[in-house]
Amino acid sequence: MKHVYGWLLLAPAAILLIGFTHYPAAATLFDSFFSTGTVVRPSRFVGLDNYAALGSDPIFWKVLWNNLLFAGATIPTSIALAMLMAIWVNDRLPGRALVRMSYFTPTILPMVAVANLWLFFYTPQIGMLDKIAAMFGAGSHNWLGDPGTVLWALSVMTVWKEAGFFMIFYLAALQSLSPELEEAAKIEGASRWYFFRRVTFPLLMPTTLFVLVNATINSFKLVDHLFILTKGGPDNASNLLLYYIYQVAFSFFDTAYASTLTVVLLGMLAALAIVQFLLIEKRVHYR
Amino acid sequence: MRKLETAAAWLLAIVWVAPLLYALWASTHAASLATHFDLTAPLTLDNFRKAWTYAPFPRHFLNTVILVTMILAAQLVLCTLAGYAFARFDFAGRNIAFGLVLVQLMVMPEVLIVENYITMAKLGLVDTIAGIGLPYMASAFGIFLLRQTFKTIPRELEDAARVEGCSMMGALWRVYVPLARPTYLAYALVSISYHWNNFLWPLVITNSVNTRPLTVGLAIFGAPESGVDWAVISAGTLMAVSPLLVAFLLFQRQFMQSFMQAGIK
Repeated sequence: MKHVYGWLLLAPAAILLIGFTHYPAAATLFDSFFSTGTVVRPSRFVGLDNYAALGSDPIFWKVLWNNLLFAGATIPTSIALAMLMAIWVNDRLPGRALVRMSYFTPTILPMVAVANLWLFFYTPQIGMLDKIAAMFGAGSHNWLGDPGTVLWALSVMTVWKEAGFFMIFYLAALQSLSPELEEAAKIEGASRWYFFRRVTFPLLMPTTLFVLVNATINSFKLVDHLFILTKGGPDNASNLLLYYIYQVAFSFFDTAYASTLTVVLLGMLAALAIVQFLLIEKRVHYR
Repeated sequence: MRKLETAAAWLLAIVWVAPLLYALWASTHAASLATHFDLTAPLTLDNFRKAWTYAPFPRHFLNTVILVTMILAAQLVLCTLAGYAFARFDFAGRNIAFGLVLVQLMVMPEVLIVENYITMAKLGLVDTIAGIGLPYMASAFGIFLLRQTFKTIPRELEDAARVEGCSMMGALWRVYVPLARPTYLAYALVSISYHWNNFLWPLVITNSVNTRPLTVGLAIFGAPESGVDWAVISAGTLMAVSPLLVAFLLFQRQFMQSFMQAGIK
């Protein structure tokens, strides 16, 4: 009986999960071996042709590289800032609640709204950034229109959006640390920096690894702001993998190639899942 | 040194809220004052009025509320049942099934937009609110969270309820669900925030005003090519985020704790 009840209870969720997670993941892989069907030419098996096209698609390599740059720029910065914020907010800081709230607020805003707010900072001439630059006598700059600056401009915005979210995990970790550690360090005459470097930072390592994995996942799936700010441009300078998948599927209507690109994305997420799994295994001894 | 750190912490806090404060400034002043700070400048609500009429905001609000409520209601039911199954029934294939559920933590519906769109087209659910919500209703995260919570509830409580004549579902409803209330609250806050802010999949699957949620409406409204001026865009953006923002300001602690629980899993 327990078998029947167990499966009956699970059934509604299982059907939806299979229908919208497992089936589409499998179908993505399947479709990547076929050509995109049109009215005149129906879809047919093409083997690895789509993957060959992928290998020689300069835009694919470009967006993959952009994704790596974007991850490399945003992740360490937001982790460092999150740690700093958590340490500050965990301390006896005047107006602590207010400061903590300011840091966390961007987390609950939709990325689309964030992009709308930041658009005005980056707009040439009338934008806030250019106004400030003008005060120092610097010329106008099209931050989002210049392939050399666009990805960095978006990275700054993403750090702003995410640091406060990561902060709360560090805050929780800091609060679980024994206060005796700090007292002991004080008695020993250790400086705060020394204490952070030799005690706090190593003890926060499990949290850092956890945040690292989550931040990496986010860097692959967070593309909402591109719709508002750059549409992946100029000349794909700010295009990211998931946005490119969207373009290929819904602007160029090449489903088969979009599936091929999705396989790459799924592969990367799977690799991350394995990393996370290994980290959880490691974390056991720490808990 | 401490003083310097306090100052730095405050400076960073100011930088962090500046974009929002700036939007508040821009939206409550005439467009010509957008970059011209003058504290004595007259305040106006005109921009909000314009935003409300330029784009079908009332409709977008309604769609988002329907969407968020529908997803949450379905999630609560489905995840409770599945969480109960995983926590208390030793059925054949349980561990494999649980592993398969956890796959969704990594492969979120956002990543599968291409295939899910095809599925929705086959089901005739393109451009419906149900179509936006369906892929999210069986949430691996919710199942996981409730399973963990149910596992901490002593089995004796259920046994006692069963002795008193409670059915299996009765025990779930009267013993497990009430005791898991904090988990439900945390999960609900995360789910509401997530779906209030979700964008990519709703954008893909909707194509009319009657189904588009706020985020999609805002993106169309705020796009530079729409030609709406900055003050009005700020007003629209603030309107779209205000319900969640106000809820956050009122219940900060619950929000942060919920997000934390959600992340740590």
